[in-house]
Amino acid sequence: MANSKSDSSPSATPGSPRLDKSAVAKVAELSRLKLSDAELESISQQLSMVLANFEQLAEVNTQDVEPMVTPTDLTLRLREDRVERREPAEAFLENAPDRSGNLFKVPPVVG
Amino acid sequence: MSSETRFGAYEPVIGIEIHVQLQTKSKMFCTDSTAFASGDNECVCEVCTGMPGALPTVNRTAIEYAVKTGLALGCTIREKSVFSRKQYFYPDLPKGYQISQFDLPLCENGRVEFFHDGKKKSIEIIRAHVEEDAGKSTHQGDCSLINLNRASVPLLEIVSGPDLRGPEEAAEYARTVHKMVQYLEICDGNLEEGSFRCDCNVSVRKRGDPKFGTRVEIKNINSFRFVEKAIEYEILRQIDAVESGEKIRQETRLYDPDKNRTFAMRSKEEAHDYRYFPDPDLLPLVLNKPEIEALRAKLPEMPLARAARFQAEYKLPEYDSQVLTAEKDLADYFEKVVRASGNAKAASNWVMTELLRELNDSKKTVNQSPISAEHLGEMIALIDKGTISGKIAKTVFAEMWTSGKAPELIVKEKGLVQITDTSAIEKSIDEVLAANPKELADYRGGKEKLFGFFVGQVMKATKGQASPDLVNQLLKAKLKG
Repeated sequence: MANSKSDSSPSATPGSPRLDKSAVAKVAELSRLKLSDAELESISQQLSMVLANFEQLAEVNTQDVEPMVTPTDLTLRLREDRVERREPAEAFLENAPDRSGNLFKVPPVVG
Repeated sequence: MSSETRFGAYEPVIGIEIHVQLQTKSKMFCTDSTAFASGDNECVCEVCTGMPGALPTVNRTAIEYAVKTGLALGCTIREKSVFSRKQYFYPDLPKGYQISQFDLPLCENGRVEFFHDGKKKSIEIIRAHVEEDAGKSTHQGDCSLINLNRASVPLLEIVSGPDLRGPEEAAEYARTVHKMVQYLEICDGNLEEGSFRCDCNVSVRKRGDPKFGTRVEIKNINSFRFVEKAIEYEILRQIDAVESGEKIRQETRLYDPDKNRTFAMRSKEEAHDYRYFPDPDLLPLVLNKPEIEALRAKLPEMPLARAARFQAEYKLPEYDSQVLTAEKDLADYFEKVVRASGNAKAASNWVMTELLRELNDSKKTVNQSPISAEHLGEMIALIDKGTISGKIAKTVFAEMWTSGKAPELIVKEKGLVQITDTSAIEKSIDEVLAANPKELADYRGGKEKLFGFFVGQVMKATKGQASPDLVNQLLKAKLKG
């Protein structure tokens, strides 16, 4: 990260990338979030600032650098295929807003 | 009719995605049992219900099964692969994402070969990656009910290239992969219960056109026959649409076997935008070469190779070799019969005709056969030794099927040993000739057709136990007078 300008301030300056309202509306839809028009406006401004902040990273030359998946050299440890039972169904169902027998009951979804 | 002529100026282009449920005891990312037929939500924990802070751990056996399948499919195994989050909202996916693999899958660039219409087909395997299953939702009109027993059960998704050109060929590809996973013993192969799911991508284009048409994905197909029928229907539907100037929409359709048609599924996510990114809860999966090679060394002989060996080693016809290797269990059974009998040709005849007929009639699998492979082999050996005749063997076989007893015991108990004592047979012949003076005179007068009558009488007198060869031989001599 030798090339990064760690001292530049994170703000949505004119000319920096902007996340417009329609992009925010799409992300909100995918995340099943309901936002009012005013919220879309303010969130698109806030997210544009966040984005601008991260845009600084684009200044780093990453040619010939392998995309990083994890910052350490650690690799996955595998678990042996053994069944361990912890809690009965009830332990999970009692937290559910609604149930039918031992099934979770949710608003209708059409496949 | 072959698909080359049946679809006229159009060429179907088909690719299949197969979800294979890996037959592990515990789930992919947590230690719950995979026995999802247990009580509702009895196989769930904080990991597969997506509780905050719960962390996934990876099942070693699932990875080994995936690597073995990848190797059997001729894939390159990536030494460092990565799990990614595939994000979408649906109530049977409690975390809000499915752990899958995206740009760095475990297996890539393989090939599956099989015979179709007498021609060897070679289908590209683009990739095979590990992922977790979702839960099961049941829609009830005013609500949906969710069972998470299936959530996080391990799956291997095998993606073929767009190499298939007809419905029959596509079904044969699916059958070939099905046979392979059963040979590998990594999947129970039950289509109806969803252990082996085929999603078919179908498009049509004008013959000779290098560009692919818009593809449609068909889901909800739970038999190989339906793979064929659903694709057939979809090809014809698309040709009709194109012919009448309609544009094919890229969509997911469901197959309805009762109506034999596909229909558009209401899109659950208008824009498929899964926003994949590496799962920060899981480190990269690293496998070293010796580990991969150790798994390769454990691969069983695969169906195509086994059929070829049956032809070479047992001198069986190609067709018989294919029938006998269609299922691993049947091939294993057959080879045990060969070992016990020392007669491959007879073993193949008895297994392919008598045994398969009885199994089909009683809807049993070969593992449920009341006749063990050893017993069937011993019975064939009894024929070859001359202890029983081929005809008596059918009686012994029927008795073995009902009682499960050893053939030698049945022969002893029922007194079915073949009579090879010449003097005993001669005595029977003398009695038969004495009892039928008219027929004897007619025969000697030139009615040689009566020979069969005398054979029948002698066999009857000996309760079918006389050696047929000896009866023929001795009777001819006696009749000459």
